[in-house]
Amino acid sequence: MSDAVFDRVRSGLGDLAQDAAVSHGVLVIDATPAGVLPLVRGLKASGFDMFLDVTAVDWPAQAPRFEVVWHFYSTTHKVRVRVKTRVAEQQPEVDSLVALYGSAAFMERECHEMYGIRFRGNDDLRPLLLYEGFVGFPLRKDYAKEQEQPLVPYREGFQ
Amino acid sequence: MDMRELRLPNPIRPAFDKPTSDEHVIVNIGPSHPATHGTIQIVAELDGEKIVRSDVHCGYLHRGFEKECESHTWHNLIPYVDRLNYCSALINDFAYCAAVEELMGVEITPRTKYLRTLLSEYSRIADHMTCIAAGLMELGAMTAFLYLVSIRDWVYEHIAQVTGARVTYSFGRIGGLARDLPDGWIDRLEWILGQYDDFVGRVHGLVDRNRIFIDRMRDVGVINTADAINYGITGPMLRSTGAPRDLRKDTPYLAYAELDFEVPVGIKGDNYDRYFVRMREMDESVHMIRQLVDLLAKTPGPINVDDRRCSFPEKEHVYTEIESLINHFKLVMDGPKVPAGEVYLAHEGANGELGFYIVSTGEGVPYKVHVRSPSFVAMGMASRMLDGYQLADLIPTFGSINMIGGECDR
Repeated sequence: MSDAVFDRVRSGLGDLAQDAAVSHGVLVIDATPAGVLPLVRGLKASGFDMFLDVTAVDWPAQAPRFEVVWHFYSTTHKVRVRVKTRVAEQQPEVDSLVALYGSAAFMERECHEMYGIRFRGNDDLRPLLLYEGFVGFPLRKDYAKEQEQPLVPYREGFQ
Repeated sequence: MDMRELRLPNPIRPAFDKPTSDEHVIVNIGPSHPATHGTIQIVAELDGEKIVRSDVHCGYLHRGFEKECESHTWHNLIPYVDRLNYCSALINDFAYCAAVEELMGVEITPRTKYLRTLLSEYSRIADHMTCIAAGLMELGAMTAFLYLVSIRDWVYEHIAQVTGARVTYSFGRIGGLARDLPDGWIDRLEWILGQYDDFVGRVHGLVDRNRIFIDRMRDVGVINTADAINYGITGPMLRSTGAPRDLRKDTPYLAYAELDFEVPVGIKGDNYDRYFVRMREMDESVHMIRQLVDLLAKTPGPINVDDRRCSFPEKEHVYTEIESLINHFKLVMDGPKVPAGEVYLAHEGANGELGFYIVSTGEGVPYKVHVRSPSFVAMGMASRMLDGYQLADLIPTFGSINMIGGECDR
């Protein structure tokens, strides 16, 4: 059943997708950064009504460096789609999905603070899991795990 | 001493710091407020007792779960996975293991499949009980709280007989489980399920038609299906709005396709419906556990797959054969080699869709482990459920979301 849905989605993608293949039961669509918003608009129109998750993967040795990954679920077809795109370190920017999904506002805040991906159109990218004033993006591979930056300084002689 | 020297920086930047009217006042609630279970901070603008708008801040339990995972072998991070939703830690374990197994192409044995399903449902009961019991206690229903927590504690101790731990079990293994059920476990299970029927019946009698309870819960914290889906809400919260969406039915995994169960739904998505959906889901879990006991009796057999890439060899072989010794050594030191690739796999956690997005580069250590946690996504909608209601409604509404700090903040 899911194959039929995937075929229909794939045929409706047109030139928005660079590649689309099924992997582990999920349709994986590669898109350009500019193509993500129209692509997702089309996905939403074809029944992918739930925006599950957005995150990024950091590949420091590759260019463009960051892979931004979105997951969508259709409560009618009961299948998932993954949309991926690549953005460069110099301009880690993609379009926000706040206009399409209510859940985007919160989840984009997390991706922004962890990877430094900017979501154009989301005007509330305040820190969420981290604290105000945290320097750097902790889930990037070049952020050392041992690095400390306590909000409240250690007492003298304690460290 | 100058008090200004003692001022510590504010860890949050509230969305608003000026009230919209001179009559209004801004109140800060949390992060460690005695009436909210879970470390959460809510900045609320009040008009008298009414919440005009609110700003929810989570993250106080953030401990860098995803970063920490990137420097542990696939096996060694199971104890961290446990500490996501610590009310139903086994569901996290099994969802994570299933994601890694999917990437490795490992198919678990039938007995493990049934055991994982049984223990998942058992954990779901414990999780729902914690949520309902705490919610009732906050409304003053101490007897109902004690009834439910008694059962939950029997469940915890009973699970401890299998796993060796009361709350965080580290019981899942890639390709199987740590061990099989001990002797006499099923007999004790029957006794606890009998007590469950008795005590949950009493709670229904105390609470369901209780005027005070209904007045506090009905038409409070209302959400509709369209909004819930738009905000990515899953699990009991989505079902309370009337949408029968449950991954156990929609995309069956483990043994759910073989089981007979219903998906209870609410009518209008208020606090009362969320209470009732959870109560009914526990009944369905008990019904499933009884079926699984029969299935387990007919399914003997190994619990770990015979696959040297992930399963540990028997200890007696480790001590007597060089191949098994090296196999054990490599699994401990290097970790199981998971083929390069990425996978997203979701199980129906107690709070909704618990998804693991894992990326491997073929090493014994994950390149990335990302959790799609239902509580975190629900926090994105929390302020909409609080605005417009009384300040006192914040406590039952927030309780009915069942935000679990470990899972939300990671």
